Amino acid sequence: MVRMIVKRVVQAIPMLFAISIVSFLLIQLAPGDPVQAYITPEMGPAEIETIRENMGLNSPLHIQYIRWLKSTLQGDLGYSLVNHRPVGVQIAERLPATLGLMGASLITSMIIGIIIGLVSAANQNKAFDNIATFISYLGISIPSFWFAMMLVYVLSLKLKLLPSIGMRTIGVHTTWDLIKHGIMPTIVLSLQSIATIARYIRSSTISQLKEDYVVVEYASGASKREVLYKYVLKNAILPVITILGMSLPNLVSGAFITESIFGWPGMGQLGITSIFSYDYPLIMAITMFSSLILIIGNLLSDILYGIADPRIKELS
Amino acid sequence: MKEPLLNIKDLKVSFFNNSGEVKVIRGVSFDLQKGEVLGVVGESGSGKSVTSMSIIKLLKGTGQITNGEIIYKGEDIVKKSEKEMMKIRGNDIAMIFQDPMTSLNPVFTVGSQISDVIRRHQGLSKAKSREKAIEMLKMVGIPSPEERYSNYPHEFSGGMRQRAIIAMALSCEPDLLIADEPTTALDVTIQAQILQLLMELKEKIDTSIILITHDLGVVANTCSRVIVMYGGLIMEEGTVDDIFYNPMHPYTRGLLQSLPKKNTEERQRLIPIKGNPPDLAKIVSGCPFKERCPHAMDICNKEPEYYYDGENHRAMCWLLDNSIKKGDESNGK
Repeated sequence: MVRMIVKRVVQAIPMLFAISIVSFLLIQLAPGDPVQAYITPEMGPAEIETIRENMGLNSPLHIQYIRWLKSTLQGDLGYSLVNHRPVGVQIAERLPATLGLMGASLITSMIIGIIIGLVSAANQNKAFDNIATFISYLGISIPSFWFAMMLVYVLSLKLKLLPSIGMRTIGVHTTWDLIKHGIMPTIVLSLQSIATIARYIRSSTISQLKEDYVVVEYASGASKREVLYKYVLKNAILPVITILGMSLPNLVSGAFITESIFGWPGMGQLGITSIFSYDYPLIMAITMFSSLILIIGNLLSDILYGIADPRIKELS
Repeated sequence: MKEPLLNIKDLKVSFFNNSGEVKVIRGVSFDLQKGEVLGVVGESGSGKSVTSMSIIKLLKGTGQITNGEIIYKGEDIVKKSEKEMMKIRGNDIAMIFQDPMTSLNPVFTVGSQISDVIRRHQGLSKAKSREKAIEMLKMVGIPSPEERYSNYPHEFSGGMRQRAIIAMALSCEPDLLIADEPTTALDVTIQAQILQLLMELKEKIDTSIILITHDLGVVANTCSRVIVMYGGLIMEEGTVDDIFYNPMHPYTRGLLQSLPKKNTEERQRLIPIKGNPPDLAKIVSGCPFKERCPHAMDICNKEPEYYYDGENHRAMCWLLDNSIKKGDESNGK
């Protein structure tokens, strides 16, 4: 197990390098640059050029990359080109909000997805299953921004149940206030994962129910409930652990959209703002952090799989 | 004659699909005495497994008992509720299945799967049922059972898994053990060991066994009585000696001829039974074996009744009818 973890961590290093190079190049490829934010109608071309020179944007790309890499490896993520605050500090401010939202969504989608999937499989092709299947497809197909608007419209505007924006009401510092703000973003962010997990659990449960060991358990007097929730569940849940790792990218990119819509002060929102203002150091830092979350998440899901499935433990 | 442990009367089982009813068991009657080992022989699709699953009422999918009685210890199983059946399964009637590689749950330890059964039926504490499970593992000949208790199925070999499954099935000392091809998936040396183990344990815990197999060799070594099934019907029933030395039914004779013989000097070709087992959805009436039978006659379109040779040896074939016997002799010679 330890060897597996070490191996995976070592493998992650070149991966992070590759990601940093590709995203660095992609950012440069985009038309426009951060200087645009500083240009006023009175400036002449020479002045603009000076600003560009000062920002280090005139050096060749590889020099710029190496410069970024050097300082990043030393732990210095640089300063925002827009508000000149340290990038590291800004991310540290935003990270808890994003991780909190992602964690809440992950737990919500696991619990609800597994329950829906199991009950669906146990009642295959009956009313509950059909409705759940329909809603799952809806959940996978609905664009999250539209779903978010609908939620805001119904729950905030019409029913006035939940606040539509932000993470806290100004001046209020209760957990309940935080939860109330978090409900809608969590629902929007977990909708797709709920649907995906429910589908996977359903199909893996159905295939597990056909296994010989199920007949053996029934033949030894086990009840339907015992077979489903004890013996089959543990088998059916295994593929979902992998799905969990795979659905992380969804959560990360979903967080960008969801946070922007609900004004959730997380990394996603920061990322969108930084992209619109060509804030290169900030974009790079956020990209690298998102990748890191993904890599760690996948590693965690592999470790979990090893713990859950006794057959894997042997191999690793 | 004393009351049999199990008495099946005119059992009919059907499966229902889009095109209608498929009659898989078409009227099966037999009984089983206490302490007896009854062999049920037949090809795939002859209905032997469905018969056994009917006894514990675990028919798959749309399977339904449409007729008949299954009297176990004087009570009709067909009339029992699911709740009552759950108390019988694994406790009074236990089952062993064909493939030991897939019969155990891969993500639970072997020991916990056995102790779960014990706890379910005997209401013992966790520690007590663990003790009993280890005792069972020891009884089926698994070395260092304390350590093996917490192994997962993939850490067991095929033969050891089947031993563990036997331990699980016998853990509540059932009165009837149904073994559905318990040795088919094992290699030959292990087969013999497992069969011997079964026979030893049968004496030890005093249980009756229904041994379902397509291997006549297994039957000859273990059973006292044999039922030969084909197309959802019992073709012939008798003692092992009746079936092997005095078969009455052309199908039984066909089965015996397709067996390799050990002690003959001359080299003999095996004589296979021509054709394939019947598609049960298509059988309309008459003897199910008529398409493949070398003696098929017009009258075979009508279902024959049982003809008896002695009290316990019976077969379902028109050749045994007196009028046809006479006619056959005058035609043939």
